[in-house]
Amino acid sequence: MPRLTGSGLTLAYDDRVIATDLDVSVPDGSFTVIVGPNACGKSTLLRALARMLRPRAGAVHLDGAVITSLPSKEVARRLGLLPQTSIVPDGITVADLVARGRYPHQRLMRQWSRADEAAVAAAMAATDVTELADRIVDELSGGQRQRVWLAMALAQETPILLLDEPTTFLDIAHQIEVLDLCADLHEQGRTLVAVLHDLNQACRYATHLIVMRDGRIVAEGEPGSVMTPELVREVFGVRCEIIADPQTGTPLVVPGARRRVSRV
Amino acid sequence: MSLSPIALRVGPWSLRLAPRGLLVCLGLLATGFAVSVLALSTGEVAVPVPDVVAAIFGRGSPMAELIVAELRAPRLVTGLAVGAAFGLSGAIFQSLTRNPLGSPDFIGFTAGASTGGILAVVLGGTAWQIAGGSLLGCVLSAALVYGVAHRRGVSGYRLVLVGVGAHALLLAVDSYLLTSANLHDAANAGAWLTGSLSGRGWDHAVPVALALAVLAPLCAGLSRPLRMMETGDDAAGAVGIRVERVRAAAVAAGVLLCGVATAAAGPVMFVALAAPQLARRLTRAGGVALTASALTGAVLLTAADLLAQRLIAPAQLPVGVVTAALGGVYLALLLGREHR
Ligand SMILES: Nc1ncnc2c1ncn2[C@@H]1O[C@H](COP(=O)(O)OP(=O)(O)O)[C@@H](O)[C@H]1O
Ligand SMILES: [Mg+2]
Repeated sequence: MPRLTGSGLTLAYDDRVIATDLDVSVPDGSFTVIVGPNACGKSTLLRALARMLRPRAGAVHLDGAVITSLPSKEVARRLGLLPQTSIVPDGITVADLVARGRYPHQRLMRQWSRADEAAVAAAMAATDVTELADRIVDELSGGQRQRVWLAMALAQETPILLLDEPTTFLDIAHQIEVLDLCADLHEQGRTLVAVLHDLNQACRYATHLIVMRDGRIVAEGEPGSVMTPELVREVFGVRCEIIADPQTGTPLVVPGARRRVSRV
Repeated sequence: MSLSPIALRVGPWSLRLAPRGLLVCLGLLATGFAVSVLALSTGEVAVPVPDVVAAIFGRGSPMAELIVAELRAPRLVTGLAVGAAFGLSGAIFQSLTRNPLGSPDFIGFTAGASTGGILAVVLGGTAWQIAGGSLLGCVLSAALVYGVAHRRGVSGYRLVLVGVGAHALLLAVDSYLLTSANLHDAANAGAWLTGSLSGRGWDHAVPVALALAVLAPLCAGLSRPLRMMETGDDAAGAVGIRVERVRAAAVAAGVLLCGVATAAAGPVMFVALAAPQLARRLTRAGGVALTASALTGAVLLTAADLLAQRLIAPAQLPVGVVTAALGGVYLALLLGREHR
């Protein structure tokens, strides 16, 4: 059984049910990417997998145990989450914020070990924010800030990492940088789950693709077999062609033009 | 000045110290000490410092012992403890609401305590009953504000809005109680309402100091989780913080601190608002700094009380008038600067 699974999940905010009887499992060692239209429940699912949202029914299991039955810090040493939105505390520096990712490794009398220091330095180097260490996070651009949040999640050094839209706010260069970094982490043996919006990036980087709509998983598997014109039409309501990505051979979704302009 | 944190490591133990925060706290301790010496030695009757020391250890003249140990020391201790309690309470709620205006003196908690206190005054209560009334008022108003603001968890912003409303409502209740009380009670209640340290004896100082001694360590334990929660509930939960539990403990500690402080000194305004803000600017720490806030609160209140006693001596001002005047100016500056 994979390390992280959800079975029979009913997810709801008060009386608002987002998903019912949802089964999901994250293949060990995979780079799983979740795609789906806005508001279909991607973040809700991720929050449930990270125990931020208690399922109305069903349970999330981590390493065979119901996740909410495990000590919270223990879970935080195995599974990390980059939430879709976080709040920047007033006047905090980059180095300070990234260091907060070490919390689950610390105790009252072990607040800043050499391992903490090394993990923070490595996370900042990997996300290219080392030069920003003494800057105030509030004063950074959206893209820089996103990389700082990512660094905080990396500093946590968890074997499983859930990322909710890690590339939002980033320009194309930094999007690729972050996704390449994720691919590196994946190659180093971590299990990654990321919500992405760009279908082509999803197909390029994912080893396992989960397609959601209205709180249901409508397709999942290897991107080459999952991504079809019919699926894109059914899920996103968009007519498209799918060709092979000239760089990687993975599916490349080419949306139909509004009007075909024919040239003679 | 930007000093990076230093690591202090001995074997498996390690501490992370922010040099600037440490220096600020030492500076606040020194200032607090200086204010204390002034408060104990000066006044209508000057008592030289050596005599103050002798009196504290019970070896002074009867006169010095009366003035220092029975009159000035309890007032000073009450001021220090009340100031620290307000500073801590303010820091906790500003951290929880992520809003400087989310202070107990603005979101109805202090107002609730004063309503409870006045009610006890008007009903002719003893000092202990007045203290109990204000503590109860504080807890009830907090429960009311949280109850109304609660909707799938409590957002800081909604809490502030509801709290400001409750604050206004409770002030109206206070006015009503004052107008319907007889003249003597109304005068007493009015004096209590401004917040004052005058005439505070050991029976005021001891309860608030004890409450502080119990609650401050709890707050110290909550300090790191609270700071993590400033990045949002999900981000804090992701690193293993039991968000709901920490929040409940912090609210309880903050309400009790505010309640006992108000019980001892009346609703002194602005200390809970200003102390955490000043402390944050001094330490330049990200987010709210609990220790520095408590120390700043203690220094602020005792310094303001010194001013209140000496400014127009021999006449005396209630300390609440001084903090309200200083705090009003500070609030205007704060809001003016941040909403340019
Ligand atoms: N905290 C919340 N309270 C109530 N409803 C929410 C909350 N968060 C999300 N929702 C609702 O749940 C649905 C799914 O949201 P979400 O999981 O964030 O979608 P996605 O991440 O796929 O865009 C949406 O309709 C959204 O409005
Ligand atoms: Mg989302």
